[in-house]
Amino acid sequence: MSAATNAPTLVEQLKGGLDAPICLTWELTYACNLECVHCLSSSGRRDPRELSTDEAKAVLDELHDLQVFYINIGGGEPMIRRDFFELVEYSINKGIGVKFSTNGAFIDADKARRLAAMDYLDIQISLDGTDAVTNDAVRGSGSYATAIQAMERLRDAGFGEFKISVVVTRHNVDQLDEFKALADSFGAQLRITRLRPSGRGADSWHDLHPTQPQQRQIYDWLLAHGDNVLTGDSFFHLNALGDEALPGLNMCGAGRVVCLIDPIGDVYACPFVIHDEFKAGSVRDTGGFSSIWKHSELFTELREPQSAGACASCGSYDACQGGCMAAKFFVGIPLDGPDPECVDGYGEAAMLSASSDDVTPPKPMMDHSRLARVPVKISAR
Amino acid sequence: MECAASTDASVVLDSSLDLHPQVALRHEPFGALAYHYDTRKLVFLKHPDVVRVVRSLADHATVADALAACKIDKRRWPSFDKALTSLYESEMLHERSN
Ligand code: SF4
Ligand code: SF4
Repeated sequence: MSAATNAPTLVEQLKGGLDAPICLTWELTYACNLECVHCLSSSGRRDPRELSTDEAKAVLDELHDLQVFYINIGGGEPMIRRDFFELVEYSINKGIGVKFSTNGAFIDADKARRLAAMDYLDIQISLDGTDAVTNDAVRGSGSYATAIQAMERLRDAGFGEFKISVVVTRHNVDQLDEFKALADSFGAQLRITRLRPSGRGADSWHDLHPTQPQQRQIYDWLLAHGDNVLTGDSFFHLNALGDEALPGLNMCGAGRVVCLIDPIGDVYACPFVIHDEFKAGSVRDTGGFSSIWKHSELFTELREPQSAGACASCGSYDACQGGCMAAKFFVGIPLDGPDPECVDGYGEAAMLSASSDDVTPPKPMMDHSRLARVPVKISAR
Repeated sequence: MECAASTDASVVLDSSLDLHPQVALRHEPFGALAYHYDTRKLVFLKHPDVVRVVRSLADHATVADALAACKIDKRRWPSFDKALTSLYESEMLHERSN
């Protein structure tokens, strides 16, 4: 509780946007050794236009001036970049803490020791099943063993509390207790997030996303365990299921508290909307990142009050807020329509009507999958 | 942000507090954000007056002195006491050792 009594609620204030993001994701490269079927950025191959070391450092200088406290580094597999350690060290020395997501393939004993020696560094190892069969079906053959080995190396190096990051799917939702036990056994913290139809997820979402009864299962599980589990506040659409709100900030932060810098320096409203419609600019533009954050048309628009649209008559709107913009967008539901996983079942109907008109859901704009479905053009742009 | 459990007696008014050295404050439209680099905790200071008081703590012997110097109306002191207590309990503020 704060000393301010009749001020607008925090969520109302955050919707108007912050002076700088609090949840900035920076994907360092589109290159990846894996090819997960739900990859939000369709990663695989490096993009020749990726930011150089100097350009990346210039962005970090800017984030320092904006007083960004920490960044979430991802990819692709960020450790593939040869300047990975150089950039992480540069960031930390500037007072910008780093949390990075990795599949663990490049954490050998040496690197584990080097990581353990750094302050203000958090590591998140991705794992989507508590056994190889469940995990590897999504993340690729051998990836379970790789992730577990990385965790063992971090533990042996005395890294301390790392995070295990799980995307909840139809196939691993029954393993939530086991994930928690696994995390506990490593002295690690569990983080579970929502699957969205972004990137390659657009193709796998219909097979992977939790069923309606499973949505309640997640909600109940989070009410019971939520205080010790991180969620990236990504399950707020489930709040429509009951009177008790899940812990965390229950709102869509896109362009308000959240944003993404992609490997080539393009800035998007959130990591799950890599599409021209949600691109606010490039860090290579005059004015750089800060001018995008402060003045871009897109972000200004996202900070204005949003219409409840089709959800206006729903009694749960205050709790659910109409759900996730990215999830709606990539299944073809209008942004003021219900979430595709609407717990009252309106999403199903909205998806049907979106596909029965002449509209096809928008496709992700960047595809760096290694098994390119179209011939790759060699020209520079 | 938890409500301070102990709200009856003042916990912090007479102590000399200061921002924890590992905490950074950033201006925001609603007040400020405080980030603790060690605990990784992020706290919202939801009123510009709270931010003013927090920033001035270092210049005053006690919290009460800081409140007076910032010209905070006495009737609002209990709510400031509560807010600062909660910041103290989350280690955003610490006791000055000098
Ligand atoms: S109708 Fe809209 S607000 Fe209501 S539960 Fe469904 S998505 Fe949420
Ligand atoms: S669009 Fe979805 S994933 Fe992105 S910030 Fe909003 S709720 Fe989160």
